[in-house]
Amino acid sequence: MDAATCRIEVAEADGLLRISAAGTWETTQLARVDRELRSAVARRARAVRIDLSGLQMLDTAGAWLLYRTLKTLRAQGLAVEFVGAKPDYQALIDSIAANDREQVLHRIHPHRLLALLDDTGRASIHALAELGGLLSFLGVTVVTWARVLARPRRMRMTALFVQMERGGLNALPIVGLLSFLIGVVLAYQGADQLRRFGAEIFTVNLVGISVLREMGILLAAILVAGRSGSAFAAQIGTMQVNEEVDAMRTIGLDPIEVLVLPRVIALVIVLPLLTVYADLMGIAGGALMSWATLDISLTQFLERLRSAVPLWAFWVGMIKAPVFGLLIALTGCRAGLRVTGSAESVGQQTTQSVVIAIFLVIVMDAIFSIFFSTVGV
Amino acid sequence: MNGEQRDIVIRVRGLVTRFGAEVVHDGLDLDVYRGETLGIVGGSGAGKTVLLRTIVGLNRKAAGHIEIFGQDTDSLDHDQRTALERRFGVMFQQGALFSSLTVAQNVAVPLKEHTELPPALIQEIAALKISLVGLPPDAGAKLPAELSGGMKKRAGLARALALDPEILFLDEPTAGLDPIGAAEFDKLIGRLQKTLGHTAVMVTHDLDSLYAICDRVAVLVDKHIVTGTLDELERNPHPWIQEYFHGPRARAAVAAAGA
Repeated sequence: MDAATCRIEVAEADGLLRISAAGTWETTQLARVDRELRSAVARRARAVRIDLSGLQMLDTAGAWLLYRTLKTLRAQGLAVEFVGAKPDYQALIDSIAANDREQVLHRIHPHRLLALLDDTGRASIHALAELGGLLSFLGVTVVTWARVLARPRRMRMTALFVQMERGGLNALPIVGLLSFLIGVVLAYQGADQLRRFGAEIFTVNLVGISVLREMGILLAAILVAGRSGSAFAAQIGTMQVNEEVDAMRTIGLDPIEVLVLPRVIALVIVLPLLTVYADLMGIAGGALMSWATLDISLTQFLERLRSAVPLWAFWVGMIKAPVFGLLIALTGCRAGLRVTGSAESVGQQTTQSVVIAIFLVIVMDAIFSIFFSTVGV
Repeated sequence: MNGEQRDIVIRVRGLVTRFGAEVVHDGLDLDVYRGETLGIVGGSGAGKTVLLRTIVGLNRKAAGHIEIFGQDTDSLDHDQRTALERRFGVMFQQGALFSSLTVAQNVAVPLKEHTELPPALIQEIAALKISLVGLPPDAGAKLPAELSGGMKKRAGLARALALDPEILFLDEPTAGLDPIGAAEFDKLIGRLQKTLGHTAVMVTHDLDSLYAICDRVAVLVDKHIVTGTLDELERNPHPWIQEYFHGPRARAAVAAAGA
């Protein structure tokens, strides 16, 4: 064995335990001597002498091992001493001894069942608080909106148009493409089923009504929630981390007025426009597929659409659009303002804003369905 | 001690770093001796942190040589590089603690990764390092988000010390601390250096730190470096160095160190 490795020799005579430490006692090499020292400590002896004269190197972890051995043996009531330690090593061991304190290194975890109960309770309260928070945020926004309407010059037009461009214009390609594809899929699936009853022509009704009433607006809303809602949360959240929002308040700018309102108004305007576009593209997709698989020409398709689909189907979708836009913008902005301190929090809030926005959009859609069926459109 | 005979642990020759067209260091030379504490100072944007990051290998250099412990860092393969990195510890400005781990787990990461020590011993060593950097006894179980800025720095230092590095790199150790906290941190670094005997390279803005703990100072001016003891630098005619070491803040720091 070469001289550099870390080792100990344990010898016992007349109740005197001799532990000789030798070699380089470095952090990386201590695994074996740790085991040997632990078993040496378990031996019965009257007195222990730890010989350090063979040490060629000692770092803090090595010093800790020596000190720990000394401490454990002393706790057993034995007389222990270090012999042959170089002054440097002795000083290191002394400073380790001075830093030996009781410490808490682990978090205390409650019982699993209790933890489950605890989590459930917290989650329920959190969900309710979330809803309450969103409502009060809606209130604040509406009040600010009213104040700005009373003095229209306070409206930040540049910010509004920038947000409309980002949230609306830039979303056109993806919203158009997906709506078109959904129209294609609806027509294809519908034609497949309806052909069995010889009722292929009803494919037009299927595509028209489902796209206008549900698909167009839902697709647009979900895409906008994913694109703009998350962007709002991330932008405002980053500003929150940089303390920009606080700086705004100290300068006398209202973050709701400057940051939230342009974004909310932008989505309330832009989502209905996107919905019209999504409707058109969806129907175009349906028309293409009807022509390709059912030989329904474009004129026939449009003729059928006009007679079978009431104008109200279009308005049902359009009425929902500004409400969904409001919901998405509110959840996004609120998530951004709730960011605390760290970059990690920005990520959390962004994810959460998208999930909550889509959840609310679909719940709201269900409520609208009930409403419309009650009033009979 | 004679400078000629001292053991050089880091030798930088002709270092050039640039970002795009902007040259940060242009043919920079630097020696760091074993066991000393070297302070790197310079104006904002002079490339202090860049130099430190380049030496530890986080930044790519455009030209020049860096030797650490006599090994040219360019000629190392992956394993040699890892072995070298194990011999130095880096404390980042904000601590750079892993945010999903507790302080004790953070300190244990290098030990788990680079040694085969039993878990119980790793825990003991982590506890010891946490205590060495002066963190309170309940800090080990806390997550970084639950710590103050000063405590994060201490925890970052504890992690940097986990493997008993031969060279400790510190990036602005006292930035963002109040004067009392900064003075305590200076004392801590000085005390640890005395106890553990490592070489320390420290980027700083803090004149008090320079006068309190640095043996030599490297000043980054005009994309080059001027090294010397504080006495030597105070006599250097370069206008920036003159202003730096003879401004009102420097005089206050000298008075404080002398007192």
